[in-house]
Amino acid sequence: MKKKEDSLFNLNRRDMLKSLAGIPILGSIWFAGAKTTVTAKHEREFLLEKLNIKAALPPATGPMSGKPLRLGIIGFGIRGEQLCRALGFATKEWLSEMKQAAEKNRHDTRLSEFLAQENLNVKITAVCDVFDVHAERVVDSFSTADNPVKRFTTHKELVNSGEVDAVIIATPDHWHAPMAIDALQAGVHVYIEKPMTHTISETYTLRDAVRDSGKVLQVGHQHRQTQSFLAAMDIIQKQTLGHVSLVQTNTNRNDDNGAWQYDIHEKASPETIDWDLFLGTAPKVPFNKEHFFRWRKWWAYGSGLSGDLLTHDYDRINCILKMGIPKLVTASGGIYTHRDGRNVPDVLQVNMEYPDFSTGSSQPAGKEKGMTFVYSATLGNQFDRPTYLMGHDATMELGNVISIYADARSTRYADMLNENRIDPEIPIYQYNPLANATDAVTSATAKYFANKGLMWTYRDGKRIDSTFLHMREWLSCIRNGGKPSCGIDEGFEEAISAHMAGLSYKLGRAVEWNPEEEKIVARPGEDLDAILLANE
Amino acid sequence: MFTQNLHTMKSSGFTTGQNTSLVLLRILIGWHFFYEGILKIYNPAWTAKGYLLSATFLKPFFTWLASDSVIHIVDTLNIVGLLAIGVALLLGLKIRWAAIGGILLLAFYYLAHPPFPGFEQGLTEGSYWIVNKNLIEMAALVVLYQFPTYAAFGLERMLSRNRQNTIAG
Repeated sequence: MKKKEDSLFNLNRRDMLKSLAGIPILGSIWFAGAKTTVTAKHEREFLLEKLNIKAALPPATGPMSGKPLRLGIIGFGIRGEQLCRALGFATKEWLSEMKQAAEKNRHDTRLSEFLAQENLNVKITAVCDVFDVHAERVVDSFSTADNPVKRFTTHKELVNSGEVDAVIIATPDHWHAPMAIDALQAGVHVYIEKPMTHTISETYTLRDAVRDSGKVLQVGHQHRQTQSFLAAMDIIQKQTLGHVSLVQTNTNRNDDNGAWQYDIHEKASPETIDWDLFLGTAPKVPFNKEHFFRWRKWWAYGSGLSGDLLTHDYDRINCILKMGIPKLVTASGGIYTHRDGRNVPDVLQVNMEYPDFSTGSSQPAGKEKGMTFVYSATLGNQFDRPTYLMGHDATMELGNVISIYADARSTRYADMLNENRIDPEIPIYQYNPLANATDAVTSATAKYFANKGLMWTYRDGKRIDSTFLHMREWLSCIRNGGKPSCGIDEGFEEAISAHMAGLSYKLGRAVEWNPEEEKIVARPGEDLDAILLANE
Repeated sequence: MFTQNLHTMKSSGFTTGQNTSLVLLRILIGWHFFYEGILKIYNPAWTAKGYLLSATFLKPFFTWLASDSVIHIVDTLNIVGLLAIGVALLLGLKIRWAAIGGILLLAFYYLAHPPFPGFEQGLTEGSYWIVNKNLIEMAALVVLYQFPTYAAFGLERMLSRNRQNTIAG
């Protein structure tokens, strides 16, 4: 009894130990956990401070107030319909299809996202499409009691009708520039799908038309609105990657739709399609449904991988690096998967040389200069190859999520690599526009989630259509002034670079750009436009 | 043999060896829960959202837990749960409640990414078929629930001894 009295609560030492020994264990775990987390946080902050990347939101575009803008739709095929939805106009067929899809699967939010979209204060007043079914769908779906949509036979009648303030051009490539030029000359603003032009010469004519008219032209490279690209621009400006010597971009598709084998409409016939008007300046051939619906497969109306898909990747990088038109382009490829009568290649490799381009250097002055932009495409395999910007100091993997990996032999990060503060295998920076916070040195699990694209659903539970933002920017420039992000200068660079790739593929040699004269170098007797359009 | 065992039994009715094993199991599981809770509370950017959104089983339920209006509650409950269960098991307070809480939490983790045949496994450091470490830890908590070690180690030993002594005194 006496023993017990000399300890707290009448317990002996043995009891005390057995009662309270959990407390120091708890304290130690607490200390260890806190120390691990706080050290990791300091390392992250240290790195973020060193990198100093500002993942800013894009500047907001202006108000959509005032009188509703009157829009004309030229070409209401697959893309034209998508563009109209971005403007807030969906066909009756699409609405009922989406309603059914949402009823079947409550996670299908396409309809609710469309309905939640901001009203851009525009009305569709006119349409022009050589296929009756397409034109009638616009009239049928978008006409209201006080605003009947008028159908015009030719684009010229439409742009000169006085019924439209602006037009959307989503036709086959060979009609892009002629229509845009006529619209601008009629004082009408233009949203034009990519590639901006189909021939080299019309690229210059269109540039003059924009400059002379003072109207707003936006080229449909909507990825310029992608938020991660603004972070990517800052990453380049801060010289995070050091000297970028190689950019690698890719297209990988392995399905009929991706190879432009679109459906042929059951109502297509010489009675429902104005065939001569479709052909326009293209070589005269008899009525051909396949040419009409799958026009991307022929040089006469489209431009294959170089105009259709290279332009996406070229503009993605040009928007970040602003490297402009390459000095030299070589391309090769062939039709290796889809031998179905097409004459545009389905495998294409393009190398664009920029011998004088520099993104800055962490090495002695003059040591580093020049860059190659590689575009590698196949329509016969869809293994996902990411876009890489490869610098002496770091590599950037570019997508909706940006990841930066320090290079093990980097000059800029040499000290941090030596101190083991950086692991070349783990991103030193990761940017996800859909997550709330920027993060550096992410864990393997976070990387796994990001790579799986799961982060997509993070942003306030809401995805925003970049085409909508691109359209909104164009409309804001019309209403409030300002320069669109993919205007005529960017479009000029895109078109010329794509044409150089197409030419090189056809000529089987390097094609050179003369920047002083702003001309693609032709050998004596060569008609470059004729070579580019040749249908052999 | 039997009589000898009876001699070494404590008030809980376990032998010293049994008590030591059970206490060791309790401390290890408490350690695991508490450390997970501490790491999360010191990392404000932590969220269960990714884990829930990538669930391979009972997707609608876990997606709902990950939704904007619910995720904050889920994150808070998870951290508080991990810490409370960890503290309870380490200090020896309310062990049976902690065991039930732990089993519930682990059931969520287990069901979101169960190692069922035909279900995508994601990143794991081992190979599992139906049974994985979450399930084993749940079973271990069932053992702790069935054989609580209040009297052998922890604060409740002190409280109960104190009570006994007060009565005795």
